[in-house]
Amino acid sequence: MPSFPGVDYMDIDSLFSEDELMVRQTVRDFVDDEIIPIIEEANREEKFPMHLIPKIAEMGLFGATIKEYDLPGLNNVAYGLIMQELERGDSGLRSFASVQSGLVMYPIYTYGSKEQRDYWIPKLAAGEKIGCFGLTEPDFGSNPGGMRTYARKDGDSWVLNGAKAWITNGSIADVAVVWAKHDGVIRGFLVEKDTPGFSTAYHMGKFSLRASVTSQLFFEDCRIPGENLLPETNGIKYPLGCLSQARYGIAWGALGAAMSVYETARTYAKSRIQFGGQPIASHQLVQNKLAWMITEITKGQLLAVQMGRLKDQGKLKPHHISMGKMNNVNIALECARSARDILGANGISDEYPIIRHMLNLESVKTYEGTHDIHNLIIGEAVTGIPAYNPPMSAKDEREATARREMEAAK
Amino acid sequence: MNSVVCIAQVPDTETRIKIGGDGRRIDEAGVKYIVSPYDEYALEEAIRLKEKEGGDVTVLGFGPDRVQQALRESLARGATKAVHVKGESGDADSLGIAKVLAAALRTIPHDLVFFGKQGVGTDNSLVGPMVAELLGYPQINVVTHMETAAGKVTAHREIEGAEEVIEATTPAVITAQKGLNEPRYASLKGIMAAKKVTIDTKSIADLGLADSDVVNQRVTVVSLELPPEKSGGRKIDGGDPAAAAKEIVRYMKEEAKAL
Repeated sequence: MPSFPGVDYMDIDSLFSEDELMVRQTVRDFVDDEIIPIIEEANREEKFPMHLIPKIAEMGLFGATIKEYDLPGLNNVAYGLIMQELERGDSGLRSFASVQSGLVMYPIYTYGSKEQRDYWIPKLAAGEKIGCFGLTEPDFGSNPGGMRTYARKDGDSWVLNGAKAWITNGSIADVAVVWAKHDGVIRGFLVEKDTPGFSTAYHMGKFSLRASVTSQLFFEDCRIPGENLLPETNGIKYPLGCLSQARYGIAWGALGAAMSVYETARTYAKSRIQFGGQPIASHQLVQNKLAWMITEITKGQLLAVQMGRLKDQGKLKPHHISMGKMNNVNIALECARSARDILGANGISDEYPIIRHMLNLESVKTYEGTHDIHNLIIGEAVTGIPAYNPPMSAKDEREATARREMEAAK
Repeated sequence: MNSVVCIAQVPDTETRIKIGGDGRRIDEAGVKYIVSPYDEYALEEAIRLKEKEGGDVTVLGFGPDRVQQALRESLARGATKAVHVKGESGDADSLGIAKVLAAALRTIPHDLVFFGKQGVGTDNSLVGPMVAELLGYPQINVVTHMETAAGKVTAHREIEGAEEVIEATTPAVITAQKGLNEPRYASLKGIMAAKKVTIDTKSIADLGLADSDVVNQRVTVVSLELPPEKSGGRKIDGGDPAAAAKEIVRYMKEEAKAL
């Protein structure tokens, strides 16, 4: 299996430091040696490659930006390059790493108590424990604030009721970071596997992210110790803070998928002979597709690097991340569709990585803030006007106000 | 237990080699360099020894500035120190390189010296054994398994149809064969730690050597040529299998001289 040569049209590599490039090369080698040879089978069989977790942990990929607990303390650009290479392998694999690092270790590290950090961070970093993040619900995706999972205090315990949906790693997780409302305020809780009243079920019949576990979580009078509350969490901005971490990684990861499909299509076009003995790469319409792809990938790289540098300076805003996630996933999906087209019938076969990336990216376009929601975030940033809720009629507005008042009175 | 691992930096094994303008060397433009794959087994073994018994693993490389990259990668995998002897290794023959490495080794405390069994690309398998001779050390080559005890090393090596077990006193030279271990990936923590290590850089003059000690000592490369282009295959009509088989055997015997 030849190793991946990288995609660098405009000396983007000169924007990276020597150690950032070394991090990328290490993960690139790992993906070439360990993931590419097994991923189509894993995708076909709908199996997450659990055997890779210890290797990924040993390399230090989980919680790589954390300095404490003997962790690498990488900058955000190096972290982004890790995500890029992992997703060049498979979006599901990158999702696993994103969730473990950005959605489980990050909130425990940032919003957790010292006891929670000391207990969980080393175990999650070592891959001994796997985490998942429960925010989305069957009826609440883009509007998590409407969630119907509730927590009530009962003596020294918390009791959770509700359900979460589309949770990456859900059924294989040892700990779930679960967001639930208490007195109308969203708070984060740690729920361990096998806690009575907590159960999970696989989402069946997925055509996307097949090499990744996606589950529903159910809480039925699920009683957890009082100290399992993430003490710092106190409102919707806390889960959204986690999402910013993960979305940042996705903006990089999508480029990896785009690079994979671009490189596959470019190589294929140069060797596929049609009409008079010429490779299809000599056709203007094929070149047009390749030119579009490499242009968009290069623009996406610049966006990602600038986000990373700003993040390291503490200047990256959520609406910047929205642009990166929205744009880079969108162009990656379009690259995959174009690449599929260039490969013709071969494009739908899992002999090539294209159809897998294409189907994966349909999920990536939707999760962690849909394409449209990110456009609304950008829209709000440039106009100052939030446009998430469609305008209400005066009658609806009166009724909603009355309902809120009644609920408040209860 | 202190080990020194001698690292050769070689073109990536997937490089499409082009011959340089002088017809004696490869064209380095656009070539990606890697640590010679057999050296990775050598390095891994030294790191495992360090993890078991403590001590230092020093990586040692001779060549131009780009060799520092190979040394950094080795530090990222777990070496603790690095020494770079700066110089144009391109015109040095195996003995010249061995003299440089032996001189450098005299300045680094060690119990074992590791090499890959050969440098991929030139494939002479000479430098390790020559260094052993220059230093008066015992050598065990093409090693697939090894153990250490106080003052000695026991190593298994592949020989035709059998396995040979050799015991030697330390210091000794070991050259590593594929299968000795499974080299690890660099860890991210290792990469960050490698940044902080200062590579001890010296010239061959610092080691008391002159260019004339190193360049074209015994062997001079006269010319370098790419293998001939593959010509198209030959098709034999398979209509009559018996006749076709006969023709294949005749062809292999008489024309291709493969039988």
